[in-house]
Amino acid sequence: MSESNIVLNIRNVNKTFGGLHALGDINLEIEEGKTHAIIGPNGAGKSTLLNVCIGRLVPDSGTVEFEGQNMIGMQPHEINHAGMVRVFQTPEIFPDLSVIENVMVPALAKRDGIFKFNAFSSMAGEKQIADEALHVLEDLGLGALVNQHAGSMSRGDKRRLELAMGLIQHPRLLLLDEPTAGMARHDTNRTIDLLKKIKERGMTKIIIEHDMHVVFSLADTISVLAQGCIIASGTPDEIRGNPKVQEAYLGGAEL
Amino acid sequence: MSIPAIRNDWAVMAIFTVAVLTAPLWLAPIGANYPDLLQKFAIFGIFAIGFNILFGLTGYLSFGHAVFLGVGSYTAVWSFKLLTMNVLPAVVFGTLMGGVFAVLIGYVSLRRSGIYFSILTLAFAQMSYNLAYSVLTPITNGETGLQITMNDARILDGPVGDGLPSTTLFGLEMSGYSGFYFCATMLIIAFFISLRIFRSPFGLKLKAIKSNQTRMKYTGFNTRPYLLVAFVISGMFAGLAGSLMAITDPLAGAERMQWTASGEVVLMTILGGTGTLIGPLLGVGIIKYFENIFSALNEAGLHEFFAFMPDWLENIVVAVSSEFVGEGWHLTLGVLFMLVVIFLPGGVMEGIRRTTAVVRNLSKGPEKKAAESVGKE
Ligand SMILES: Nc1ncnc2c1ncn2[C@@H]1O[C@H](COP(=O)(O)OP(=O)(O)OP(=O)(O)O)[C@@H](O)[C@H]1O
Ligand SMILES: [Mg+2]
Repeated sequence: MSESNIVLNIRNVNKTFGGLHALGDINLEIEEGKTHAIIGPNGAGKSTLLNVCIGRLVPDSGTVEFEGQNMIGMQPHEINHAGMVRVFQTPEIFPDLSVIENVMVPALAKRDGIFKFNAFSSMAGEKQIADEALHVLEDLGLGALVNQHAGSMSRGDKRRLELAMGLIQHPRLLLLDEPTAGMARHDTNRTIDLLKKIKERGMTKIIIEHDMHVVFSLADTISVLAQGCIIASGTPDEIRGNPKVQEAYLGGAEL
Repeated sequence: MSIPAIRNDWAVMAIFTVAVLTAPLWLAPIGANYPDLLQKFAIFGIFAIGFNILFGLTGYLSFGHAVFLGVGSYTAVWSFKLLTMNVLPAVVFGTLMGGVFAVLIGYVSLRRSGIYFSILTLAFAQMSYNLAYSVLTPITNGETGLQITMNDARILDGPVGDGLPSTTLFGLEMSGYSGFYFCATMLIIAFFISLRIFRSPFGLKLKAIKSNQTRMKYTGFNTRPYLLVAFVISGMFAGLAGSLMAITDPLAGAERMQWTASGEVVLMTILGGTGTLIGPLLGVGIIKYFENIFSALNEAGLHEFFAFMPDWLENIVVAVSSEFVGEGWHLTLGVLFMLVVIFLPGGVMEGIRRTTAVVRNLSKGPEKKAAESVGKE
């Protein structure tokens, strides 16, 4: 593989919390257009790794290169505009806004940049943004809820809304932290279909997931994280057959 | 995000404009139709509308907004002293100076959020208040307050005759109803700006900051400049209100910056309904109206009012209630505020919403529904 199609290059990233070694010398390369899954037991450091990528945490050492640019030390909003967008594990929506407004805000971010004083145009005139938001929500099966108050949605619906908020920004790299956790089976399948569709459009993704059905439906490559270290990396078949993985993570459960 | 909103906005503006301009008529039955009080409604209305742009949209609670009120007043009086008795420059400079101070205070205070932000704004306000009384006396004239004098330069006005000149709008004297209508015009403009901001993408982004600021950062917004702009706009509204306070009576004193004045606008906004367009104005109306009545009452008036009671009961009732009137008006205000915060945290607007919901359930007439939804906007 040539250097140019590596979208994200994580090099020797370390992060400790007090005495806890949350990330120990992580190295990871994500190829353009691919879906890379990160699996591992609770507390393995998966979310921490994403936090480092999007500028929520600063690692103790190491670099995160996104499209050739080091992201370490950049502000979260700058990283967002560079094209790396995160979908949160615990829904971080705007609970006081309506569902469609929740999706229109990230669409505005994409269009307006980090700051724009557009105080004298009306949201009612934002047809294009509204249509786009509606479209994404319908894709996720939230079409009937557009005017609902986001804070009062069910957990599964909030997860889908999270996903919609990420998708509408058409990121170069989408980081999904357990996108289907808490969703009903039916909605999980629907989400898988949608993520497959996005993949066909060529969007690069990192997906953290506990649900192996989701992982094996979507992933091109998988890394297994345990106690802050990547203990295995490879194609789904390689991971399935790896005894170290069986032991550390799956505890003998069927893959 | 409702598409018919744009059509409704003009309807809202039309209704609002008519309501403000006809206020002397429809406020007559409750005896609130004299220019002095009407003007107060308009001025504090502007103050509260501006405050609501910051507090209502972003959730940042400033406890120091009276600074901008004071700055607006001082600037207006200086404009009367140095330039002209015309109120227009006074109002323009007062607004701009409010904005300048808001940039400085906002820039520092917005480094923190929540209670720390509130305390920083309060600290700035108290500092300004004390400075106005002490080292800044050459500018503020200390305890006496800043006034116009015969010796002022007034470089744009010709030489005056004897006696202090009065404030004018291109020759129209700013007293009585003309003073009110000037303030009313400013109120209508202020409300229009606030309406546009509430409905705009910028306004939506401010609401999103209030709802989840952390998420805004990961969504690609630099929230600090948004907050600063909201802070400065609300500071300019306060500066405008402050300068209007000086247009009928060209006088400015430091007490306008006192923390009680900052607290008052918080009360008005919460009482009426934070984050709603009309709520703060209702809060202003209620507080200023009752202040007017209650603070004018004295013991003799109470005896008259309760004269129907047996003497012993009358004496007790008067003794208790006299604590709540006159100087004790603030006690009434405190009680009223507590009741609202405990039982109706969304303020009067929430009360109205609940009532209309009940009414709507009782009588599900379709025309009625349409009429209500227009009134609600
Ligand atoms: N901000 C923090 N401060 C201190 N400790 C933290 C912090 N964030 C994470 N940790 C700790 O680091 C470890 C890794 O946490 P992380 O959230 O990355 O795990 P995870 O792999 O995402 O787990 P899960 O599958 O439960 O989401 C955990 O032990 C967690 O308690
Ligand atoms: Mg996690």
